[in-house]
Amino acid sequence: MDYAEVIGLEILYMIAFLVLTSAGLAIVFGMMRVINLAHGEFVMLGGYTTIACDKAGINIYFAMLVVSPLVVGMVGLVVERTIIRFLYGRMIDTMLATWGLSLLLIGVVTLIFGNTAVSVPAPISGYQVGEFQMGGYNLFIILVTAAMGIGMWGVLRFTRAGLIARGAMQGPDVVSALGYNPRQVYMITFTAGAALSGLAGGVLAPLTGLLPSSGGAYIAKAFITVITGGAAVISGTLSSGIIFGTINQIVSFAIHPVLGEIAMLVLAIILLRLMPKGITGRFFGDRT
Amino acid sequence: MAITRRRFLKAAGIAAGAAAVAGTPRRAFTAGPDIKLGSLLDNSGNLDAYGKPMVMATQLAVEEINAAGGLLGRKIKLIQYDTQSEIALYTKFAQQLAREDKVDVVHGGITSASREAIRQTFRRSNTLYFYNVLYEGGVCDRNTVVTGTTPAQAVEPIVERAMKQWGNKVYTLAADYNYGQITAKWIEHYVTQRKGTVLKTDFFPLDVADFGSTIAKIQQEKPNWVVSALVGGAHMSFYRQWAASGMNKKIPLGSTTFGVGNEHLALSPAEGDGILIAGNYSQESPSAANKEFLAKWTKKFGDPKIVHEIAVSQYQGIMLWAECVRKAGTLDRQALLKTIESEPSIMGPAGTVAIEPKTHHTYLDIHVMEVKGQKLTILETVKRRAPSDTLQYCDLQKNPDENKQYEVKI
Repeated sequence: MDYAEVIGLEILYMIAFLVLTSAGLAIVFGMMRVINLAHGEFVMLGGYTTIACDKAGINIYFAMLVVSPLVVGMVGLVVERTIIRFLYGRMIDTMLATWGLSLLLIGVVTLIFGNTAVSVPAPISGYQVGEFQMGGYNLFIILVTAAMGIGMWGVLRFTRAGLIARGAMQGPDVVSALGYNPRQVYMITFTAGAALSGLAGGVLAPLTGLLPSSGGAYIAKAFITVITGGAAVISGTLSSGIIFGTINQIVSFAIHPVLGEIAMLVLAIILLRLMPKGITGRFFGDRT
Repeated sequence: MAITRRRFLKAAGIAAGAAAVAGTPRRAFTAGPDIKLGSLLDNSGNLDAYGKPMVMATQLAVEEINAAGGLLGRKIKLIQYDTQSEIALYTKFAQQLAREDKVDVVHGGITSASREAIRQTFRRSNTLYFYNVLYEGGVCDRNTVVTGTTPAQAVEPIVERAMKQWGNKVYTLAADYNYGQITAKWIEHYVTQRKGTVLKTDFFPLDVADFGSTIAKIQQEKPNWVVSALVGGAHMSFYRQWAASGMNKKIPLGSTTFGVGNEHLALSPAEGDGILIAGNYSQESPSAANKEFLAKWTKKFGDPKIVHEIAVSQYQGIMLWAECVRKAGTLDRQALLKTIESEPSIMGPAGTVAIEPKTHHTYLDIHVMEVKGQKLTILETVKRRAPSDTLQYCDLQKNPDENKQYEVKI
């Protein structure tokens, strides 16, 4: 029984991991149709920011929840102003540019921090489930992800800014005619997406060792989660996160962690074959 | 002070004169062209925690030999390539060393995968090759000398002590390539030999960093202790997640690789304390040779805390090769091979290192150690332990043309 609970918690953690690492990408891709291949590097930057802050003696929660999103958000803003804004509507060009950007970021981080694995200890100790010991920090990640999801939904659903953002995505002309500048909306959205990626990187930093090339480990999972989820930012990411997280952990427990990853990829191929527009495109229409 | 042309020329002249004096070698290397020592190590990437100190140790060894007058009156020139934790670069640079640079000896390779990628290249080009890293044992090749520990030397003492201390049910975690797979077999061999059982063995590719489900599965199996043969930066997450879940207080951990990549420095004392390891080297070793080595390291590079076992192995490997060259009085490969098979030895920072003539492996001192406060505390020491696993299979004196890696049969 306890073992079932342990598996349940691990599944929940994997879902949270997928949703957390995909949220930034989902916003940028789902709302702006921009494929950001430097997404993994944004996450990696968030992790490095947290570790650097921790080394400098800054409180680690403050570092991961505030400093990392701010720093990576700023990076996102600069990237949007200098690169992305010239490329709206040119999907292939954006991919090329952001891919170059990802290589550049890896290079810069390697220059500053060196190509060495760095990490920080998890600030929360383990706890007991029956006779099993569990990582307490995983619970924290689940909570942060839940808070982030609710926050995103709240902003998009109930605030005027969210309304304008959704409007700008559906009909830029109309928003423009009503006196709002869609370009400005894009800028803010991209910055927000980058900040969420920074949050993910910061929060995940204590769990794994971080290398400048670590972004690659996040981006594959984030992409299949977002693409399979479809255009709807929150319901899409959440539904594909649940499906992939569950299948990954069940196979991991039943057979082996590596097969868990493979199972996830195989499932993604099958789902995209059956639902080319993603889960939400198939079941919820094109609403955001 | 304003710089006038005259003042500048005068100062420059003095500086040039001083440089000329300082540049005069203490001993002239007159006996011929430089001896070329090739080195292939991962100075960056996932494995750089292993590689960086090894590169430094290589520089230190070469510098030391040159300062003492070189070998055969000739200076040693180090040709070092950074393989960036990529096997493809090993193959490429091995060709470069063998064909373009035409080096006299190669010291290098870290993972067993990298060693197997380059070993045959050097055998074909008749370039003597030293592999200076602990590994899974079994390489039987007259062109190769191995100065790291094998499972009989380092794994058996861990199994022995851990089973005595903790019990006979074991769970094995290992890296998913030849080192991990073969070491896991040896672990099983030594455990069953002592009437214990390996409940389960899990292999992980080098980039796996999430061990959540594994940690839960270990608790399900309820072993008396867990042994890890995990490798590299990503696998370090295991120790971190193990401690984060509080398991380090409940099930003890032994490891065949921990400490070799300075994992004990990356983890906090609370996370690393109590892990049992065995190996050739601890910085805590009280020997004079070790203290002298650490002092030299400090003088050249500063803080020696990153010095780990395989950096010392690399240093000892180069010193051992130098000793062979001195004894042979030549760089001729056949003459050197004869010297290698005359059981030459040196006194290194980790104790006496002597070549075992049948296998071209080495007799080494082995310490069983415990991680305590980010240091490797020595619990017991066995002197001159033989590579008895490889000795079971390999006899290069009887079969000098043999060229294979034997695997344990269980």
